[in-house]
Amino acid sequence: QLKKVKKQKVLLMGKSGSGKSSMRSIIFSNYLARDTRRLGATIDIDLSHVKFLGNLTLNLWDCGGQEAFMENYLSQQRAHVFSNVGVLIYVFDIESRDVERDLATYVNIISALVQYSREAKVFVLIHKMDLIQPMMREDVFDQRAALVRRKTAEAVAIVHKQKPEQSQQQQQQQQQQQQQQQPSQQGTPTTPDPSINLQLFATSIWDQSLYKAWASIIHDLVPNLGVIETQLASLGLAIDADEILLFERTSFLVVSKWTSPEGEHNPYGDRFERMSNILKSWKHTCSKYTGTPRNAEQFSDFEYKMGATFSMFATKFTTNTYILVCMPPGEARFNSAKLNVAAARPWFKFLDGPVVPPQPAAGGASGATPEN
Amino acid sequence: KAPDPTAPQTKGKPRLLLMGQRRSGKSSISSVVFHKLPPSETLFLESTARIQKDSLSSFMEFQVWDFPGQIDIFDNPNFTFDMDAIFGEIGALIWVIDAQDDYLEAVARLNSTILHLHRSYPHINIEVFIHKVDGLSDDYRLDIQRDVTIHIQDELSDQGVENAPVNFHLTSIYNHSIFEAFSKVIQKLIPRLGQLEAMLTNLCRTCRFEKAYLFDVNTKIYIATDSTPEDMASYEICSDYVDVIIDFTEVYGSWPRSEQWRDKLQGEPWAQPLDEQVACEWAESGMVLADARRPIMLREVDRFLALVAIMKEGSYDKMPQINMNVDVVVKGLTEFFEITKPKDVGGGAQGLASPGLV
Ligand SMILES: Nc1nc2c(ncn2[C@@H]2O[C@H](COP(=O)(O)OP(=O)(O)OP(=O)(O)O)[C@@H](O)[C@H]2O)c(=O)[nH]1
Ligand SMILES: Nc1nc2c(ncn2[C@@H]2O[C@H](COP(=O)(O)OP(=O)(O)O)[C@@H](O)[C@H]2O)c(=O)[nH]1
Ligand SMILES: [Mg+2]
Repeated sequence: QLKKVKKQKVLLMGKSGSGKSSMRSIIFSNYLARDTRRLGATIDIDLSHVKFLGNLTLNLWDCGGQEAFMENYLSQQRAHVFSNVGVLIYVFDIESRDVERDLATYVNIISALVQYSREAKVFVLIHKMDLIQPMMREDVFDQRAALVRRKTAEAVAIVHKQKPEQSQQQQQQQQQQQQQQQPSQQGTPTTPDPSINLQLFATSIWDQSLYKAWASIIHDLVPNLGVIETQLASLGLAIDADEILLFERTSFLVVSKWTSPEGEHNPYGDRFERMSNILKSWKHTCSKYTGTPRNAEQFSDFEYKMGATFSMFATKFTTNTYILVCMPPGEARFNSAKLNVAAARPWFKFLDGPVVPPQPAAGGASGATPEN
Repeated sequence: KAPDPTAPQTKGKPRLLLMGQRRSGKSSISSVVFHKLPPSETLFLESTARIQKDSLSSFMEFQVWDFPGQIDIFDNPNFTFDMDAIFGEIGALIWVIDAQDDYLEAVARLNSTILHLHRSYPHINIEVFIHKVDGLSDDYRLDIQRDVTIHIQDELSDQGVENAPVNFHLTSIYNHSIFEAFSKVIQKLIPRLGQLEAMLTNLCRTCRFEKAYLFDVNTKIYIATDSTPEDMASYEICSDYVDVIIDFTEVYGSWPRSEQWRDKLQGEPWAQPLDEQVACEWAESGMVLADARRPIMLREVDRFLALVAIMKEGSYDKMPQINMNVDVVVKGLTEFFEITKPKDVGGGAQGLASPGLV
């Protein structure tokens, strides 16, 4: 039932200076936003293998965006760059003055992608949103998003016209599938002909928006997601939690989460990326204080009891993950939840490596009732 | 007509005046420190046209007045200012100088302000914030500080003024320095500060804490610390810990749970009101740092204040005992602030936007 090691080719593209390497360094290499000012332009393609949970490796292709390189990707290296792509992340700098030209390049990239990797998912990040007045951000994003959607549809349509052998049926299937997967991403309606899976995000390295976008990007790549979700739910019910978040240990991206019906009343819809952001910057604080390297582990146990309102704890969970549990107040409840979370570690062992099979899921969970 | 310098300064509401050239960063400072504006969003602040008065109600009440840079209150044909109304109840004058700009004019205006004030209000603390030092090298910062200090002292002694109470701080809204500087400024306005410090020093001794701070939660200004040497790094980590707690509190603690939820939790097998299921009615938190297993702890003191301490390595196991000691000190602190508080607390004060750790 468990899938084997997965390698995913992820292309990171966009005009030079749009912020690709900055994002990558913050999410996967623990850079601070302000450190990114020191990054030089990427020359050609910068390849990195990011081990993400035990059985997923991201092959991240950070493609330098200077024009000469872009032309090269589209011509000589076309097949090399665009085949076997799992995900394309395309970054637009919202402050760019030559929008027309940016879009033209984007269309060329999409065409190449559709030609070589029709199944690839596309994430478009409208980046550097911090440079837009806070009140204008939503409008500016919506406008740009609509434009990108239209251009994407056009590009895809053209490729399909050139390759009439693609069956209509296949296209329709993809379309349906896509509409199910992202009902109203960012509130914008899906385009009429999205035979390519496209999601758009407004991002900035200066706030949590970055974590929202990247959590969605990796979300679909994580193998055995269904198993993780089932196990988390069993755990949550067993310990009476209101919410459980599972973070990957280096990036602090939310890998999976579970929320109780009561927890669903939480009005903070952005809390998942917010938690990533908080914990990641806390990690930086610790590393600065202790002088230990940034990607080293910075804390083990955390507890917070807010009187009779709520309690929470976060702890190192499996080798590759941290877990955060938010729950109702009460000393006994808290202590037994901590014990049960520790006891549940073996159910999640499979997060650490490809070989270990998971412990029986549902059966194991029912064994973990509150033990006072 | 100068206020009696021996009178306790908390009798009224101490007032912090922010003055300096246009675009020196005054509004940014007050927005970041007192209204939690993210520093990057200060780029969008409009120029201040009128005196902006903020009333802040915290462990003590104080006011922050942000002066538009273009108005010279001592030399202005269009306005006449009631000097007593401005400087009568003052706590401190904060003069902001943009270190990334040509500062000679700012220094000249500061000098004339000091001279004016010196005559009628000789006891006002003058705090010079040499501001926007982010992006400047350490050496360059110190050069500027030396340069500004010399300019001011020379001018003052030429005018026959010696020992004017002028202090200097290097600040930036992009790091902790602005909060540190405000901490220093505010501490001078707290009556019986020594007593507070002694309580914290004692706590550190009995609990084997490395360093303890009493924080104003909303502003992250620390109003007292123990007697061990000052240490910016400990302040930073404790202050960031307060931030973490504030964020968690907002996300998970600021919205009402349903009746059913409550009923279920108070029913079998617990069969007890929620209030009685908890060990402490106030917020308390701890975290173990991976480095040498050193714990950090936080304990809410009242609506505005929290105690944050860095503990010695490996002391997490003694938490129950430590908590007892902390409880005693917290009680002492609460009494201290009961006594110092003016009677009319809450009247007309705007308060801060976020509720703190209630
Ligand atoms: N204001 C703002 N600046 C950003 C943001 N993201 C990145 N930057 C800055 O943009 C500059 C260029 O970033 P890079 O990440 O090197 O750009 P790149 O896309 O990798 O460029 P190439 O490697 O040449 O393709 C850096 O100075 C970053 O600090 C953002 O969200 N907001
Ligand atoms: N680099 C840097 N810029 C700052 C700092 N503080 C304020 N600024 C910027 O200085 C500009 C003027 O600030 P403002 O508060 O409007 O000045 P005021 O006229 O004195 O109130 C704004 O663009 C701020 O973003 C700082 O500490 N560092
Ligand atoms: Mg780059």
